[in-house]
Amino acid sequence: MSAAPPSPAPRAAVDGETSRRRGLGWLLLVPGMLWLAVFFLFPTIQLFFTSLYDPSGSYEQGYTMTWHVMNYVDAVTDTWNLFVRSFAYAGIATVVCLALSYPLAYAIAFKAGRWKNFLLVLVIAPFFTSFLLRTLAWRTILSDQGPVTSFLQTIAVLPDDGRLLATPVAVIAGLVYNFMPFMTLPLYASLDKVDHRLIEAAGDLYSSPIAGFRRVTFPLSLPGVVSGTLLTFIPACGDYINAELLGTPKQYMVGNRIQSAFLTEHNYPLAASLSLILMAVVVVMVVLYIRRAGTEDLV
Amino acid sequence: MAENEADAGKDLRLERLTKRFGDFVAVDDLTLTVPRGSFFALLGPSGCGKTTTLRMVAGLEDPSAGRVLIGDQDITHLRPYKRPVNTVFQSYALFPHLSIFENVAFGLRRRGVKDYQQKTRDMLELVQLGPYGDRKPAQLSGGQQQRVALGRALINEPGVLLLDEPLGALDLKLRRQMQIELKRIQTEIDVTFVHVTHDQEEAMTMADTIAVMNHGVIEQMGAPADLYENPVTTFVANFLGQSNLIKTNVIGTSGGEIVLDCHGQKLAVAAARSHADGRSAWLGVRPEKIYASVAGVEDRTDADVLTGGRVTDVSFIGVSTQYLVAMPWGQELMVFEQNTGSRPSFRNGDEVDLMWAPDHAFLLDADQDAHAGMMRPEDRE
Repeated sequence: MSAAPPSPAPRAAVDGETSRRRGLGWLLLVPGMLWLAVFFLFPTIQLFFTSLYDPSGSYEQGYTMTWHVMNYVDAVTDTWNLFVRSFAYAGIATVVCLALSYPLAYAIAFKAGRWKNFLLVLVIAPFFTSFLLRTLAWRTILSDQGPVTSFLQTIAVLPDDGRLLATPVAVIAGLVYNFMPFMTLPLYASLDKVDHRLIEAAGDLYSSPIAGFRRVTFPLSLPGVVSGTLLTFIPACGDYINAELLGTPKQYMVGNRIQSAFLTEHNYPLAASLSLILMAVVVVMVVLYIRRAGTEDLV
Repeated sequence: MAENEADAGKDLRLERLTKRFGDFVAVDDLTLTVPRGSFFALLGPSGCGKTTTLRMVAGLEDPSAGRVLIGDQDITHLRPYKRPVNTVFQSYALFPHLSIFENVAFGLRRRGVKDYQQKTRDMLELVQLGPYGDRKPAQLSGGQQQRVALGRALINEPGVLLLDEPLGALDLKLRRQMQIELKRIQTEIDVTFVHVTHDQEEAMTMADTIAVMNHGVIEQMGAPADLYENPVTTFVANFLGQSNLIKTNVIGTSGGEIVLDCHGQKLAVAAARSHADGRSAWLGVRPEKIYASVAGVEDRTDADVLTGGRVTDVSFIGVSTQYLVAMPWGQELMVFEQNTGSRPSFRNGDEVDLMWAPDHAFLLDADQDAHAGMMRPEDRE
């Protein structure tokens, strides 16, 4: 029963086949690549050049390219506190999101039974209305005469003249609310993939339910934790709607400054350099985070 | 460890164990004792209740009634992680995020055993995976993963080791190899193995005692050779190997033998091998116990002889030749003959007489289905 060496002819045919398949794979990438080139790469390059324009130019008279690197220094000295606040708000919002979403995703994945799909629809239901409208609704909910504030005053969590709207709490609550589905769905996806037999095996090997969760279920859900936190933290860093609608200039984040520099002051070089700094810092933080989390097989 | 060593000295007992899922009775009033240190197999077709029984011993399924005991300790309602029992799961259920070393060390570390490192290395040696400690389960072959699962359970020195179809995912050749391996390890460490399988050959190769299960009850229990040579039901006769079951009528007894009428021919069977009480009965005889000879040439008074056979099919399978022989009443009987080369084989259409020793046959109740326990083609692997 020794296997005869394969004759060269069919092997060549197989090679031709695989290289054609590989060609097809590249072909499938083309639409996405084109899209990214037109709507990401090109604008980013444009943004980069804008960030180096002479800041004394104006929207009306046009800008001249002077490779004005000082734009970046100005941007940082001008708004470093906004950066700190953005990362703090986004960080807190991400942690709160994780704390709220993990039990939710766990319950949907392991305990919901036939209610699973219904609950998943509920998780994404907020997307059926616009982001702006929902945040405006939160303004009403958190308003000084609103039910939440009155209730918290009644149970003496808030002093009688205390308020929620126009505080960091409101802005972070808004961020949590708006980005929670981005945390819940990846968490659910990884928890749902966890093989129940592994949990049984952990129990068989002297793990109490809590130890089994710590040693088996949680580590296996880490890819979901990592992608969920990234999907929440990254957009939350650049968000300006929540600070705009639920906060005051005292709660403004970097996004608000970029928005006003672009749309109100028409200070394009400043806006562009702020955008690029934000992008660079987020990329560095994400890379460090992924390295630290050590999930090479990030889904 | 002292506690576990003490447990190893105790029998596993199931008392009137029952499991219902709604109206379906998966395990029905099961009572059995597995002596300590034995290799015990629960054998049966899928859905016979063998896996449910195992899961009740592991604590993964709650019995509807009855008790599970190890020695005198009632573990019926103990949580799985508090039982002195470990399981080798059907699909191994290795932790994919942990190294082989960490997988094997898992149970010891959860119990806070101090010298887990040395013990884990020793166990990796025992299952012949010494150099693989740093790999992840996905980097190992099926047979290696199987050994990790075994080591991960054995390292805890359980009172009882449960094996749920442990070789089901392996290919045939590897399975044979692992059967020998499992038996070697079991003998070496002297732990009670309870092995669930649907593969009768696997059960017979490894187990000291086999319990054949069907519809939630044990049909017959005993040493593999006893079950094979002297089955008490048609289910066991067909599920363990193959049997010819011939319709006969009991016409009397003579000197420790029961005399039978088989479509007009007289046969005898040892009374000790009769498990029938009615007037009619199935006479069972294994195909390899039958000797075929050219019609009318041999006349043996000490043997049961059936005349009038005609060969209808000849399959040469190497070690033996398998014949189908059509009898005058229309039934086709299987006859296996070793290829010793001492005589030419028969050909289609040859007229033959069939004979066997009366103490190689067995007699079963006629009210049973003669096809019970037969492997359908889709069950074969």
